Amino acid sequence: MIELFLARYVYLFVLLLLAIGLYGVLAKGDLVKKVIGLTIFSTAIYIFFIEGSLQEGATAPVIEGDRTDPALYVDPLPHLLILTAIVVGVGVVGVALSLLVRLYRTHGTLDEAVIARRIAGREEPAPTSPHHDTQGDQPDDDGDDDGDDRDGPGGRA
Amino acid sequence: MSQLTILPLLPLLFGAVIAMLAGLWRSAASQITAVVSTSLALVASVVGLVTVVTDGPLSYDMGGWPPPVGIEYVLDPLSAFLATIVALIGLLVVCYPVDAAFDLRPAKGTPLYPLVLLLLTGLMGVMLSGDLFHLFVFLEIYAISTYGLVSLGGDKGTFAALRYLLLGTVGSGLYLLGVGFLYFTTGTLNMADMAQTLPAIADSPTVLGAMALIVTGLGLKMALFPLHVWLPDAHSYSPPGVAALLAAVQVKAGAYGLIRILFDVFGPAYTGGTGLPVSAALTYFGLAGIVVGSWLAIRQVDIKRLLAYSTVAQLGYIGVGIGLATPRALIGALLHVLSHALMKSGLFLVAGGIIQRTGIKSIPRFSGLGKVMPWTMGGFAIAALSMVGIPPTAGFFSKFYLIWGAIDVGNWLVAVVVVLSSLLTLVYFLRLFERIFVVTPQEDVVRDATEPSWRVIATVMVLAVLIALVGIFNGVLVSHVLEPIATRMLG
Repeated sequence: MIELFLARYVYLFVLLLLAIGLYGVLAKGDLVKKVIGLTIFSTAIYIFFIEGSLQEGATAPVIEGDRTDPALYVDPLPHLLILTAIVVGVGVVGVALSLLVRLYRTHGTLDEAVIARRIAGREEPAPTSPHHDTQGDQPDDDGDDDGDDRDGPGGRA
Repeated sequence: MSQLTILPLLPLLFGAVIAMLAGLWRSAASQITAVVSTSLALVASVVGLVTVVTDGPLSYDMGGWPPPVGIEYVLDPLSAFLATIVALIGLLVVCYPVDAAFDLRPAKGTPLYPLVLLLLTGLMGVMLSGDLFHLFVFLEIYAISTYGLVSLGGDKGTFAALRYLLLGTVGSGLYLLGVGFLYFTTGTLNMADMAQTLPAIADSPTVLGAMALIVTGLGLKMALFPLHVWLPDAHSYSPPGVAALLAAVQVKAGAYGLIRILFDVFGPAYTGGTGLPVSAALTYFGLAGIVVGSWLAIRQVDIKRLLAYSTVAQLGYIGVGIGLATPRALIGALLHVLSHALMKSGLFLVAGGIIQRTGIKSIPRFSGLGKVMPWTMGGFAIAALSMVGIPPTAGFFSKFYLIWGAIDVGNWLVAVVVVLSSLLTLVYFLRLFERIFVVTPQEDVVRDATEPSWRVIATVMVLAVLIALVGIFNGVLVSHVLEPIATRMLG
């Protein structure tokens, strides 16, 4: 039992992180905490891949001399995959943060419930937004185009 | 090895970069670039479809590394069929006038068309990829561009985009985890190579776990009930042109992934019945999606929201077709991918035209629109009839094959639910038609309205004609393209 635990404890850790991340995404009311949950969730997946590629007594996959037995080398492919997945994940978090900035400029809060009620029209729209120039239907002219998005929430023709 | 395999993808990818640069100069130049590159992609997909249907599948090894070491692109009838749909809908949406499609005249340098092209690149890549991890990368490429496009819908759109981002990323995360399970069991990521290894270990817990994770992840991407919660907001708050793209082709990438992985990679491990009730889950969740989606759709007042909920119902049909796993049901699901793409994009583009001309989004105020916009509303009527499934429109035949496939395995519940939900939709649309075509216009804004610009009418008419043509000539399509696919996958 204890050997099994020692051999597999990383997977338990991965499961725990997946659960924490999913809880953050689904249950937290603050949008920033949701994004943090998302990051934890993705990190758990990265750790899973890295752990899966580990081998006892293996080394970096650079063939030296006559050491041609594959068991002597760590499988490099998962590392490569995760490198790609990290880059993708950074892109997603970047888009998420830029959306958060826009929501905060309009609503002055990042509480999901409050924003959802305002959008459904059950609550007064943002009373005193810190940045009035981006509120409502006025075009956004502060030139903070963040690349992925059109600059400004309004401008409906 | 053939270069034709990646030809549908390249114009979109390079077009995205060129449109970005062209948009810095003139936004019209950006649109022209988008039209040219999607046309090239459409031509390449159609040529590819005809070639693979007659000569068999093609593959291309990226960088010259042969699979399973290298990354393989595969163009077979299934991927060519979906690639053609993606390119066709993409072309129609980028031809659609920008102020109606995106609710705005974009400022100079706004990366609107680059995002659309990037979305299409991602979708095309999903269709062409022969490698499970590569598929994940393309899933994320199209997802990231979708988040940007949905956020064009103003404040509500931004919020919907963020919610979609959270769930969509969890979905692709689950998919990636499932791919990890499969990789550590089989030691390969190439789909064809993995399909050789999997049947022998089909009942191992790792493979079943991978199947559960991949189905859940792609189910989230495809918005299969009950994982559809992100869809209504994302589709109804985004601009009409974006919504047309999302509903017509973007959610279909998830459906394609499910079909490809369940039937081609898992193969007998899925179709032969497993310890995991995946096919039953897909069938019954699909049925629940049909009922709930149709019911919620007809209760909506906002036209775009109605269309969004109806997408949930229509994706249920596709889920049922995948779940039943009989050749005819699979033909039904694939045909429904096409017919839903045509009719739902047509309906969203009509909604865009109405909103542009009158600003009306609420259905009760549509009274008399048919008298002032006969062409646009005619297109609406054809697409809506196809949605109900009136012969000889495209929508009838996909439901027909689905019911036939259900009867093949003796699943009468599917047949009953499909017929009843069609009747429900029929009653609803008939009442809507009376309001649109028979009642005289009551509001000034309706009375003063005129037909939208010719480009709106042309796009809608092309879609309406295609709906009729796909319906009338569906026999050709089924016997030449879809039946070989279903036979190859299900024997």
